[in-house]
Amino acid sequence: MWGIVRQRAVDGGFSASSLRRTRSALVSARSYAAGSKEMTVRDALNSAIDEEMSADPKVFVMGEEVGQYQGAYKITKGLLEKYGPERVYDTPITEAGFTGIGVGAAYAGLKPVVEFMTFNFSMQAIDHIINSAAKSNYMSAGQINVPIVFRGPNGAAAGVGAQHSQCYAAWYASVPGLKVLAPYSAEDARGLLKAAIRDPDPVVFLENELLYGESFPISEEALDSSFCLPIGKAKIEREGKDVTIITFSKMVGFALKAAEKLAEEGISAEVINLRSIRPLDRATINASVRKTSRLVTVEEGFPQHGVCAEICASVVEESFSYLDAPVERIAGADVPMPYAANLERLALPQVEDIVRAAKRACFRSK
Amino acid sequence: MALSRLSSRSNTISRPLSAAFNRFISTDTTPITIETSLPFTAHLCDPPSRSVESSTQELLTFFRTMALMRRMEIAADSLYKAKLIRGFCHLYDGQEAVAIGMEAAITKKDAIITAYRDHCIFLGRGGELYEVFAELMGRRDGCSRGKGGSMHFYKKDSSFYGGHGIVGAQVPLGCGIAFAQKYGKEEAVTFAMYGDGAANQGQLFEALNISALWDLPAILVCENNHYGMGTAEWRAAKSPSYYKRGDYVPGLKVDGMDAFAVKQACKFAKEHALKNGPIILEMDTYRYHGHSMSDPGSTYRTRDEISGVRQERDPIERIKKLVLSHDLATEKELKDMEKEIRKEVDDAIAKAKDCPMPEPSELFTNVYVKGFGTESFGPDRKEVKAALP
Repeated sequence: MWGIVRQRAVDGGFSASSLRRTRSALVSARSYAAGSKEMTVRDALNSAIDEEMSADPKVFVMGEEVGQYQGAYKITKGLLEKYGPERVYDTPITEAGFTGIGVGAAYAGLKPVVEFMTFNFSMQAIDHIINSAAKSNYMSAGQINVPIVFRGPNGAAAGVGAQHSQCYAAWYASVPGLKVLAPYSAEDARGLLKAAIRDPDPVVFLENELLYGESFPISEEALDSSFCLPIGKAKIEREGKDVTIITFSKMVGFALKAAEKLAEEGISAEVINLRSIRPLDRATINASVRKTSRLVTVEEGFPQHGVCAEICASVVEESFSYLDAPVERIAGADVPMPYAANLERLALPQVEDIVRAAKRACFRSK
Repeated sequence: MALSRLSSRSNTISRPLSAAFNRFISTDTTPITIETSLPFTAHLCDPPSRSVESSTQELLTFFRTMALMRRMEIAADSLYKAKLIRGFCHLYDGQEAVAIGMEAAITKKDAIITAYRDHCIFLGRGGELYEVFAELMGRRDGCSRGKGGSMHFYKKDSSFYGGHGIVGAQVPLGCGIAFAQKYGKEEAVTFAMYGDGAANQGQLFEALNISALWDLPAILVCENNHYGMGTAEWRAAKSPSYYKRGDYVPGLKVDGMDAFAVKQACKFAKEHALKNGPIILEMDTYRYHGHSMSDPGSTYRTRDEISGVRQERDPIERIKKLVLSHDLATEKELKDMEKEIRKEVDDAIAKAKDCPMPEPSELFTNVYVKGFGTESFGPDRKEVKAALP
């Protein structure tokens, strides 16, 4: 992300779009020069959990290695030392059991933050996420609400193979009763996790392992302990007028890079960071496509019945007459994730895939 | 004596059971000691005494409440056959002693969670007949506003957490409620009930392991009615000694057809759980109906077995004999009580039949506590949309 800001400041050009680009680059450069802070996603998540635990004694953390080990990915670092073993619980490797216990604790009014070491392991507990958590408020006509957060890394990492690389956004986001969030930047991570912990409904919080170490600029407002982002609202990361690129999590970074490349060729791409997969911000999605007339959706997960499919359906249903080109989907390959580095690269969306799809939508493919 | 006032009682369909009783039985708390019919069998603990402290009031309450539960379940059978109850309907008749004995040993701060055979547990926690029948028939005054159905009764203000359809899921959930009780220093316990079929579920052992590690006040109650749907216990479990299956967790085997044995065991278990963490209670019980209304219940067991249990071990008959032998009521008075109960149930059903179904807009309520105005859709999304509040 910092790399992109630097790039923007360097690029010159006199066209309206590049002026706009330079202006926004100057704004970013200016705010950097004024001493705006940076924060890694890891620290953003850690600070969010810390602040919410401090503010509400009912919030507690549970999961494998979250305590003494400081967190498998160090997201919960320091929390055991700060809050003690009555607020931070190391569990045995028994997802079905500890997830059920977390949901039961939420039934009784506590606010658990349950960590899955990766969301691949959440499949062992998926009955509790869906049947015990998501549906309870409805089945009980409002008597039993479940203020729980299920969080952890989701999607592909690097070289971890088929069983450790699946994206679960589409699976969980299809379930009424769940909220599904996917942060990209440090600000997203802080604001969305704090909102999730405060939320009275079950939230599936899909992080990304490869984003944990990435630094992002973060505003004073975002550093405040009362900072919260609204659930169900997408963010326009980059304004544009020729084509809308919609995605979430790590692919937002790729989409922004693609937008840079497209700008060099005179295509102005609008990049939307969904932030919330469920509720899906159909209003922002459709408003953008009505403006640009072209849609490219991107996700890392399997293509069939994915998040992109839902976005495309929404746009075709609601903004059909505004479309000037078929909708485009860039997704993970329709295969289990291979291990070999070259095959893994072929299995995941790359910046050039997004650029190519955007050009296709602009009828500019070579 | 106390019982003569019962026959002049007016109709109290919607009044909670306890209020109905208190008017007529509350003055008579003469203590009585009852011996359990069978001894307890213990695993890794010392069994409690077979002498159970009770009272006239309690004995009569046991009889009346169990008779009410029995009548309610039999009435539900008829309603199901009349197609007024749809889907699944799992009846509890035969197992009443477990529900009633447990209630007698605990308070409403102690939590109960069970599976789908939940009508009588709900009643025991203070639920009302009208809300039971309205829910079973999918009407708006049902305890879950008609949106849950037979398997999803809840009463949070009495710490009854449902009503769960997925076999075994309620056990970790119950351990989680116990976790919350310990977290909040509530000095209360949770009874997580499950059947002999669910006893083999892996998640049960996962939750038990964590409960034992963290000393949670969780009491796992196996209602062993000897059949997991159509599968007899010996065909499903290598070791059907469910009270021992906790391994390092103590257990007690209890005659589940004896309400006083159940009461004693639950009292014992509560004291244990508050001090020492989880314990398993195996209630040796029996269901007269099949697994559900779709199951005749006679293809995997003989009719002789069913009638044998009814004759030798019926929990209501046992209480009736105790009431008569302690001279607390005459046969006629008990028969009159049963007639009143029948009328109470019939009146509740009539009222429930008159209750309308939920408003169509209820389709979209309670999806979330906070919906942020997000859109939800009906089958034809261009026709039916709603903003979730």
